[in-house]
Amino acid sequence: MIKGKAWKFGDNINTDDIIAARYLNTIDEKQLAAHCMETIMPGFTMKVSKGDIIVAETNFGCGSSREHAPVAIKGCGVAAVIAKGFARIFLRNSINIGLPVIELPQASEINEGDELEVDLENGVIKNITKQKSYTFTKYPEFLQDIIKNGGLIEWVKIKHIK
Amino acid sequence: MTITEKIIAKHSGKDKVSPGEFVESNVDLVLANDITGPLSINEFEKAGATKVFDPDKIVLVPDHFTPCKDIQSAELVKRLRGFAKKYKVRFYEIGKVGIEHALLPEEGLTRPGDFIIGADSHTCTYGAVGAFSTGMGSTDIASAMITGKVWLKVPPSIKFVYTGKRNKYVGGKDLILYTIGKIGVDGANYKSMEFTGDTIQNLSMDNRFTMCNMAIEAGAKNGIIEPDEITALYLEEVGVTSDLTLKSDEDAVYESVIEIDVSKIMPQVAAPHLPSNSKNVDEFSDVKIDQAVIGSCTNGRISDLRRAASILNGQTIHHEVRCIIIPATQKIYQQAVKEGLVDVFISAGCVISPPTCGPCLGGHMGVLGEGEVSIATTNRNFIGRMGHPKSYVYLANPEIAAASAVKGKIIHPDKI
Repeated sequence: MIKGKAWKFGDNINTDDIIAARYLNTIDEKQLAAHCMETIMPGFTMKVSKGDIIVAETNFGCGSSREHAPVAIKGCGVAAVIAKGFARIFLRNSINIGLPVIELPQASEINEGDELEVDLENGVIKNITKQKSYTFTKYPEFLQDIIKNGGLIEWVKIKHIK
Repeated sequence: MTITEKIIAKHSGKDKVSPGEFVESNVDLVLANDITGPLSINEFEKAGATKVFDPDKIVLVPDHFTPCKDIQSAELVKRLRGFAKKYKVRFYEIGKVGIEHALLPEEGLTRPGDFIIGADSHTCTYGAVGAFSTGMGSTDIASAMITGKVWLKVPPSIKFVYTGKRNKYVGGKDLILYTIGKIGVDGANYKSMEFTGDTIQNLSMDNRFTMCNMAIEAGAKNGIIEPDEITALYLEEVGVTSDLTLKSDEDAVYESVIEIDVSKIMPQVAAPHLPSNSKNVDEFSDVKIDQAVIGSCTNGRISDLRRAASILNGQTIHHEVRCIIIPATQKIYQQAVKEGLVDVFISAGCVISPPTCGPCLGGHMGVLGEGEVSIATTNRNFIGRMGHPKSYVYLANPEIAAASAVKGKIIHPDKI
């Protein structure tokens, strides 16, 4: 179960907003995390707490295919991203590195600071602050498995290599 | 189901799939190049893998910075070469290598109904033979090299219906540039673009490759064309026997249907810095160019070279323009020599590059300096794509690129 505070973002948050290209000279999670969302929400990495949740509108993660973007978000301690929709490569990359991403058409109803609870296994999001509950289409078991195991490579290790 | 849904269902062990559904699919071919492959190999090793799922279904194509432009690129290719040797996967050495998306179909590695993934965004090219093919990240490719599987969300399909006769010089490039101009660079984000209609039924394979190649420039997951007699003839040439009955069902569900009257489309040019900035070539008559690039996975096939040569025959490249011709594969290069096309190019003052992606991504073999302008038959004109951040790329078909190289400015081929 994921439990944390919502951080709100708008439409079309691109991978440059998430982590600017000038910081891509490293693949270190901590170094990338230090600059996460820096241009659109200065100080985000200082304010966010482990387990918090990013909530955005449409087309989150559009732009380049850089896997560094979900790595930076995960590196900040963000436990999940909820959005009305995701750009397709960002969605793949997130799941592959073990960052839960959830499509929720009612994402606009969530405000910054709302306390959220996300149950990935049962496909339920609870907005504790607003006393509202939403269901979302659960990932199939193997995708839940990937996320639970910390990403695609870890999952492959367990399932296919031993 | 649509043709895309049918291929995905078959490779996922299901009778039916629907858009939005997550599936795990078996792949028929896994591709990586000299830029993305080394990263995949790192992940492969991180996973502790000791073997690949099927050496015959993995292809490593060092085409981007080859023949190696510097020490770093030589090290990257060494990494691919070493991995290929160790795991006995397909690897194309210099002398055999060509641009991946021209090479694989030519090698008979892409078939109707196949499920193909590649660590290169233009992997969508193989939709032209009726395959489902899409680009992914390096980690996905590493995983597929180990397991032979990939996870996927079934895309909704948009049906594009092209009808009517093509105007002079209007080819696959013009149709796709026009289409991207109409729907935008995210107009098919996440979706499948299915190209249909009598215009497509009469379109050559090379033109079909060009169209499917640029599906990604509208954000699409894949582009696809139902295999037909034209596909069959092509497959016969490359020694592939395959099922050609694969079609979308009459009652297939499309998210939308977009009808395009081809007779109204004139030769297109896309201005910097988006492929969607496409307009009639006549609207660009005052744009001076420094360079023309004719090649790439989009337009480096033999018919593209023939089209360029038909314009350049007996002409001279403008004295202030560099015209770079890049046959996409060795076979295409050899054919161009046999047909006398290379003679036409050299006589006109062009330079011929070995097969490489090279200048398309600002790698080598024709990088632009500050303020320079190139017309190119490539696929992207993003900021700094061909070199300096303040350089400019205009996308066009081979005839326009050739004519512009002669005139020194962007021009309709009939006006030189």
